[in-house]
Order: sequence, then C-alpha cells, then structure tokens
Amino acid sequence: MGLLEENRRRQRQRFVEPQAAVVGGKRSLGAEIWRHRWIYVLILPTIAYFIVFAYLPLVGLQIAFKDFQVFRGMWESPWVGFEHFQTVFSSEKFPQLIRNTVVISLYRLVFGFPVPVLFALLLNEVRHLMFKRGVQTVTYFPHFLSWVIFAGIVINILGPSGIVNTLIMGAGGDRVNFLTNPDTFQAVVVGTGILKEFGWAAIIYLAALSSIDPQLYEAARVDGARKLRQIWHVTLPGLRPVMAVLLVLSLGTILDAGFDQIFQLQNGAVLEVGDIIDTYVYRIGLLEAQYEVATAVGLFKGIVGLVLIVTANYILRRLGQRSIW
Amino acid sequence: MRTGDAGSDFVEAAEVTKRRSRLDRNPLYADIVIYVILVLLGLITLLPMVNVLAKSLSESGAISANPLMLIPSSFTLDAYQYIFETPVLMRSFGVTVFATVVGTGLNLLLTTTAAYGLSKTSIPGYRLLMWIVILPMLIGAGLIPTYLLLKSLGLINSIWVLVFMGLVSPFNLILMRNFFWSIPNELEESARIDGASDLKILWHVVLPLSKPVIATIGLFYGVGHWNDFFTGLFFINDNSKWPLQVVLRSIIIDQSMLGMGGQGAAPTVDLQRLVVSADNIRAATIIFATIPILLAYPFLQRYFVKGIILGAVKG
Repeated sequence: MGLLEENRRRQRQRFVEPQAAVVGGKRSLGAEIWRHRWIYVLILPTIAYFIVFAYLPLVGLQIAFKDFQVFRGMWESPWVGFEHFQTVFSSEKFPQLIRNTVVISLYRLVFGFPVPVLFALLLNEVRHLMFKRGVQTVTYFPHFLSWVIFAGIVINILGPSGIVNTLIMGAGGDRVNFLTNPDTFQAVVVGTGILKEFGWAAIIYLAALSSIDPQLYEAARVDGARKLRQIWHVTLPGLRPVMAVLLVLSLGTILDAGFDQIFQLQNGAVLEVGDIIDTYVYRIGLLEAQYEVATAVGLFKGIVGLVLIVTANYILRRLGQRSIW
Repeated sequence: MRTGDAGSDFVEAAEVTKRRSRLDRNPLYADIVIYVILVLLGLITLLPMVNVLAKSLSESGAISANPLMLIPSSFTLDAYQYIFETPVLMRSFGVTVFATVVGTGLNLLLTTTAAYGLSKTSIPGYRLLMWIVILPMLIGAGLIPTYLLLKSLGLINSIWVLVFMGLVSPFNLILMRNFFWSIPNELEESARIDGASDLKILWHVVLPLSKPVIATIGLFYGVGHWNDFFTGLFFINDNSKWPLQVVLRSIIIDQSMLGMGGQGAAPTVDLQRLVVSADNIRAATIIFATIPILLAYPFLQRYFVKGIILGAVKG
C-alpha cells in the first residue's frame, strides 16, 4: 500500500509539477490532453471494447419490460411494465431456483471455505521443500482443467460404473448413482468443487502465511506457547485479513452458484435440486427463446448481485480492510 | 523451573532457543499425521487422473475387467487413433487453437496498452476511464441482452465470438497496471530525456521489464480460451464451428448421461460410432484435451504464484 501511494505521488510529480514549473502556470486542458495524446491512443481500443461489449448490452435490458417482437425490433416493441417480473416471481419455479442457488453457494461456503485454510496450515508445517512443492503441483493442477474435463473425471469416479461403485460392489453393496440421485447431487457439486479448487485457493493463504513476521513466533515461543497455541495466537490472526476479504467477497457472489460446473453435472433427474438461476436463464432464454422472461430473471440476479457486492465492499471498508474499489 | 528457564534465556539466549525450538517442533506423531493427510490429499487429486490415463491406453475389455487400474493393461493406442480420425473433434480442435492463439494475442495487446496508459494517473479524465474499465466487473447485462447484441453485430455463429468475448479482463488489467507502477520512474524519465515518445518508452523500456507479468497474464488468458465452454454453447449453433469444449461435452458427458437415464441440455454431436464405443474413447478424449494444459503447466507454475501474489497484495 505504501508503495502504491509512493508511486502515485511520483506520477503526479513527474507529470504535473515539473511542467507547471516550466510554463509557470496551469496548462489548458486541451494542451494537457494533446501532450498525452499517445497515452489516450493506447487506452482507446480497450475503452471502445468495453463500451461495445459491456455497456451496449445494457440497452437490451429494456426487453425485460417489453413485449419483445423480433420483427418490430427491440425499440419498437410495446412496453408492458413489470408484467414479466410478476410472471417470474409468482411462478412455482422461482423460489426453487433461488433456494437451489443459495443453498449450493452456502454449502460451498461452509464446507469449502475452511479446506484451503487447513490445507495451507498443514503445508506450512512441512519442512521438506521438495515434498511441499510436489503436493502443491499436484493439488492445483485441477484448477486449470475445464469443468467439462473435470466432470468427465467425476463421472469416472462417481458414475454407475465408476471407481466408487466398483468398490461398493466389491464390498457387496448396492450400486448408487450419485449424479442422478437428488439426495446426493448437491453434495457431489460441493465436494467436486472443493476437490478441484482447494489447492489453488490455498495459494493466497500460503502467501499470507509467508508474510507473517517470524519474530511473532519467537515471542510466542518465549512465552511458552506450543505449536497449537502458536497457530491459534499467531498464524490465524495473521490469516484473518485475507480470510475476511475472501469470506465477504463470497457472500457478495452468493447468487453465483457457478454455471460451468452445475451445467456439466446437471441432468434431467436432478433439476429439482440442481437447477440454478444461470442454468434456468440459459434454458428458457436460448433454448426456448423466452427472451423477456430470461432477461427479467437475469436482471433480477444482476441487481441483487450488485447490491450484495456493494454491501460486501462497504463491510470490508468498515472492517478496516482494503476494499475492492 | 519456570524462573530457571527464563533466566537462562537471558544468559544463553541463542543456545536455549536452539534447544527449545528442537523440543518445541512438532512431536513426531504430529508430523506423521500432517504428512499422511497431505499425501492422501495429493493422491485423491492425482489417482483419478492416473486412472483415466490408464483407461485411455487399455482395450475396452480390460477396462471392464479392472476399472480401478492405475497402469494400462493390454496396452493399445486405438482410442487415440480413433480421436485423430474423428473429423468433428479435429475441426473443433482447430477452432479452439485459432481462438486461443489469436484471442490471447489480442488479449495481451489490448490489456498491455490500456494498462500502460492507465498507469499514468495524472492524465485528464483518468478517473472516468478507470471507472469505465472497472464497472463491468460489477454490472452485467446478462445472457440474453448479450446474445441480442452479438446477433445484431453478426457475431452469432462466427468463430470470432470466441475471440471477442472477454477480450480485456478488468482484473488482469489492474494487475498489470499495478506492475507498471512498480517499475522505477527513473528508467522512463531518462528515456524521455533522450527524446523517446510514450510509445517508444512502452516498447523499449517497460515491456522488456514486464516479461513475467505478461507471461502470467498471457497464460491465464490462454487457459481461459482453451477451457472456454459457454461462449461456444451460447453463441454458436453450427456444430462445424464448435470449440473443443462443446464437442468434448457431447462425447464425455452426454454419452455417459444417456446411460444414466438423464439428458444433458447441450446439443449432442451425431457420432454414431461414439455411441457404441467404450469407456476408453471417453478416457482418451479427456487426456487428449488435457495434454496442452499439461504442456503449459511447467510455464504456468513458474509464474502464476508470483502473479497471484502480485494481484492479491497490491490489487
């Protein structure tokens, strides 16, 4: 942070003060812009990209309030007010979607959040560098696989003729189909999500661990703290800022249960527990071409998501953490 | 005893600390528990992939006889031969290679130039420009408005949509801008005194110093394009233009789901021979699509930890 401020100060100094001193007054805005014309040229394509691909689609949100007629176009279609939202909110499907989305996110938080922390703590105790690096190399590899590939591996483990079922049958048990059983589907989603990402998620904690002042451990040791006490009084407080940021952030994205993963694992048998907002929007929007309803659902999710993220950022600020913006 | 210890701390501090830290180290059993847990976690991650690899190299008969294999039994490359003789797969492979190469190139070009420009915080309008870049992280129009826009741009069913979606990631841009901030100003200053323009400074001074961050971000973008599934699913209906991941889905997942009484929502590739083929086609397809990641992994690993920390600590 200090470094950042320092750089900003230097930037100001370099760009504003020396010139001002030479000219002996304020340059006109036009002259200032002209002087940096190449800088603007460098930024321009990216700004154009964001305007076309990120801001222009916002115009299309109006169809959530319109009776969209393809031949008349977006602008000519008649307004219908909140009709589509009423349809959505009063449908049976809607509470189920929200529940599935939130429940999967919360399970992921409760079970998934501690795993990387514990993993990083264990890894931090390892003195053999080769072993440590080996474990890390293996555990963060799945992060780089697509969910299509990883779902293939999951099917190979949990599918009807997969590894787990082979073991169950070998032990004389009955075949369980984890992926098409509504009772097990959410557990599979959460479990495989943890399996794919815990190694990667631990990186940030390992970075935080390596920045804890060794003198604190020394001091704790002098005070007679054993290993577990040291972890409790030194290590965990050292991790707290990172944990707070990640926790609050994930609360901010609670309506994002992860299209990519759910879509790959989803099937007709488990829609009741496995259909989330994003998969629903895809299905009714693109497959059934109910553009208005899908846009309304998407807009609802977007607004709630925005409120949550802004709130999360506010909480981070109040906690004295560095906020996202 | 306590006082005695405290006293000797002062007298022979170094000696005692050394002895203590040895005593205080994890007892042996704790070490054993830690190592066992870590080895187990490693194996849980590794073994399923080894199993898939072994299956991909075995004959189908051998697979059903021993699904838990870790080394291939009755070794054969038939499944891989099949993959290379399947036009749909090879074509989608080409599409994805195109999207990855051209996409990553454009990603890096735009991200680098914009990040450099936005590292100059004193230019007029800086805050406005920065907000234009950051806001898309918070607000999105959602799937349907994006679809309608792409349609009016003529990008639906065009492989260019695979290149243009996510052309600049605000997160990567900020990461790179922060890196540029950490380059000593004196270097740019001296180039400026020698009469270099902003473009020359970027090319001759800043970029050569930024190789690690460019490599990191390039690899992130590259892996992103390689693994991109939903751009193809959402915006390309023509199966001759499908990227690899969409075709993989129909081979790896839909085929398995058929046997499980469920149905995937994704369009299915009409591959007569695939439907009748065995587990090892699926296994070989998984390995086939993983190999490029595996090849990039050593490079990835060299940089990404640094990259993540860079983003986390200074972002």
